[in-house]
Amino acid sequence: MTLRTIVLVKQVPDTQNVTGDAMKEDGTINRGALPAVFNPEDLNALEEALRLKDAHGGRVTVITMGPPAAVNVLRESLYRGADEVVLLSDIAFAGADTLATSYSLVLAIRKLGEFDLVLCGRQAIDGDTAQVGPQTAEKLGVPQITFVSCIDELVEGDAAGAGTGGGRGHITATRSIEGGFETLTAPLPCLLTITNEANDPRPPSVKRVMTYKDAAAETLAEYDDSYLDPENDAAEVCMLDRHGNAVCRAKVVQWDAAALGVERAQVGLRGSPTRVKKIDSVVLAQTDTRLVEPTYEGIAELVRKLTEEHILG
Amino acid sequence: MSNYFSDNPDLRFALEHLDLGRVVDLREDGYTQSRDFTFAPRDLDDALDSYRRTLEIAGEIAGEYVAPRAESVDREGSRLVNGEVCYAPGIDEALDRLREADLMGITLPRRYGGLNFPFSVSTMILEMVSRADPALMNVFGLQDIAETISHFADEEIRRTYLPRFASGEVTGSMALTEPEAGSDLQNVQLKARLGSDGVWRLNGVKRFITNGCGRISLVLARSEEGTTDARGLSMFLYERDEHMKIRRLEDKLGIHGSPTCELQFNDAPALLVGERRRGLTTYVMSLMNGARLAIAAQAQGIAEAAFRAADKYADERIQFGGPIRNLTAVAAMLADMKVAVEASRALLYETALIVDLKEGIERRIGQLGESGAEAGGAETGAGSAAERAASADPAAEIKGLRGELKKYNRLAALYTPIAKACATEMANTVAYQSLQIHGGSGYMRDFAVERHARDARITNIYEGTTQLQVVAAIGGVLSGTMAERLDEYDAADLPATPELLARVRTMRGRWAAAVAHVRAVDDTMFRDFHARRLVEMAIDLVCAYLLLRDAQHDARKLLVAEYFVAGMTARIEGNAVAVLASDAGTIDALAALSRDA
Repeated sequence: MTLRTIVLVKQVPDTQNVTGDAMKEDGTINRGALPAVFNPEDLNALEEALRLKDAHGGRVTVITMGPPAAVNVLRESLYRGADEVVLLSDIAFAGADTLATSYSLVLAIRKLGEFDLVLCGRQAIDGDTAQVGPQTAEKLGVPQITFVSCIDELVEGDAAGAGTGGGRGHITATRSIEGGFETLTAPLPCLLTITNEANDPRPPSVKRVMTYKDAAAETLAEYDDSYLDPENDAAEVCMLDRHGNAVCRAKVVQWDAAALGVERAQVGLRGSPTRVKKIDSVVLAQTDTRLVEPTYEGIAELVRKLTEEHILG
Repeated sequence: MSNYFSDNPDLRFALEHLDLGRVVDLREDGYTQSRDFTFAPRDLDDALDSYRRTLEIAGEIAGEYVAPRAESVDREGSRLVNGEVCYAPGIDEALDRLREADLMGITLPRRYGGLNFPFSVSTMILEMVSRADPALMNVFGLQDIAETISHFADEEIRRTYLPRFASGEVTGSMALTEPEAGSDLQNVQLKARLGSDGVWRLNGVKRFITNGCGRISLVLARSEEGTTDARGLSMFLYERDEHMKIRRLEDKLGIHGSPTCELQFNDAPALLVGERRRGLTTYVMSLMNGARLAIAAQAQGIAEAAFRAADKYADERIQFGGPIRNLTAVAAMLADMKVAVEASRALLYETALIVDLKEGIERRIGQLGESGAEAGGAETGAGSAAERAASADPAAEIKGLRGELKKYNRLAALYTPIAKACATEMANTVAYQSLQIHGGSGYMRDFAVERHARDARITNIYEGTTQLQVVAAIGGVLSGTMAERLDEYDAADLPATPELLARVRTMRGRWAAAVAHVRAVDDTMFRDFHARRLVEMAIDLVCAYLLLRDAQHDARKLLVAEYFVAGMTARIEGNAVAVLASDAGTIDALAALSRDA
């Protein structure tokens, strides 16, 4: 069995290195003032996928949805070891909320065929919703383990269904929950959302950077991965990996709304029931700290104040 | 985010103004390698873009990953446990990182898994790694020994071992020094005997071996029984097995993360590298020149770190109602340090470029069908037929290249020792001044500067002391090689700085007078006595011309050049007076002066 892992990644404005003009007066993000970066926890998800590949072999496919410039995060994925990358880009996708985004991602995942794992970052640093992963799992009809800080074990099944937990095997992962950890096992295929505690993502390989730095998106209607087979005449072998295996030069496959066969009502703004009502620019005025006595009375007083200020309840 | 490439304008200046066109053309066989390797450049711009991207990645690893671990690496050091060396955890982690980035075979040919980058670029990577942690640079920089294998070993050894270096599977060491053979390597005693089974076996002890625990060692050994000089020594490749014991780890002043081992070889099987008897005379000299350039880069990196520590402290430390950088005495020290760092960097990358040209020309001659033995690096040309660029008239091209090779061989033999002497002495001075600016705090372990001062101290000792670099350089300084090169600098277009140029020329006259005086006295001891002064003056002149060159298109570099020329005028005058006012009689007093009555 060849482990097939799909990683969902997003290009986001770099909200972790914010300058003064990061927000417009109307409260929306001033994208011009913030450089676009690889969403940090998506890099953690990619790293987990690459580690599983290092240990078990297989293939890592990275998908992103975004404007043409989002090809940058796909190149970054290739630099680190992704085997194939897919860009979902179409003006029809613009303005998508998490529901519309997960809808398009699911169509792309289905178009890729069978898979064992979908990995994504816990959440993106622009919207911070943490919804796309869970929604994608629901639509795919596969189990999900969210907030994963450690993948403990992956047991591959075989085609005949001899593996434990079903034909494709199973995965055990530890998730961070409030006040502790929870370890769960799920049958494959399944979806995991990964936190930044899981790993320290690897750096780009300079050889892969030199190979893929000019990789541009190619619009293709159908999915055809024959070029990734080193035995195929059309395959362009790019280099040997650390284990001496041939690596084929990847394409950046681009799919638009038509290639995915979307229903127009389900993508873009039309497919997005979420509306941003109002965004407040909150400046923390309080500079000092208040001491709460570690007594029942002290804690009761704290709860009372938090309730009064509508922070609790 | 800390990136040691993008945060360093002077290093980026060095890359932007380095004239790499010919070097890259020679190294890339006229850009034909992209037919076989997808990561090979298609043209010069493509190559330069790849170098810049690689330097950014290496700079980020150095700044974000290596530097934060340097203090714990220094505190923990390496340990010897049950005969095996354990690196400090930070060293292992950083090596993994560099391996993942594919930076373990920077200059090696692509067919062995390397990047085939010029030394100019690998030297920049070494500088950045050293700024983060010079101890790591020792383990990382020993990929240099793979370069020696690539040059001199036969194809079977290359095919077996080089990919293991390039993938980062193995690290190496150069096992030269022995208890009785330090600077005097021709006294090496470790024995190599060829058994009746056709296998060479090594017996003896090596001492002060940096990373002696590395999987692969290049060992200098006496293969010719009964000999006592350099011509009885050969070079061997030894892969770690049970026949070599690590007897001890040295407890050192600095570079604690770099294990310094004493090795005992007991019938250890080894492979002969190249030909017998050429171990010291050819191979070690080549190995050593590569290592000297690397140590110059190491010192350059330490100096950069020490300068930045002083610069930061001088901003933050408030005394007499303001930051101490407002005090003229401190401001002057900071200016001295910064200008010395930039002057040394100019010399370092000029040297790397010369070495690159020499290697590239050797390689081209090799490709044009030279028989091999004459041109030292002809073996490097053993590539596939597709790699070789055609020549319209090979015989004429070889003839022209031979003349050039002679020139660049001489220049590399002169510039490598002066770059090492300059950078390592500069690093010590800068670290000393940086600690001084920190005052009492600098003497405490709370600040990194005491580590920089300790780490810098070895750089002007190992791979040949500064005194030995002077010995290596004085021939070229006296023979005319230096003067010819200065003529070339002088003939270049330097229209923006006529007044500075005139001052440099005046100083050049003082140096020439001193050289003429030493030649006229014609006494070996007298020459040795003044060799350091003559070499120092030459270093000053080379740096001055290089800074003048840079000042032509950069206003800030003009300030640097002016400050440098003012300082060097005082130094050259002093050195010239010391030489010209002395004669052979001065030498006679030396022995008496160094003892009590």
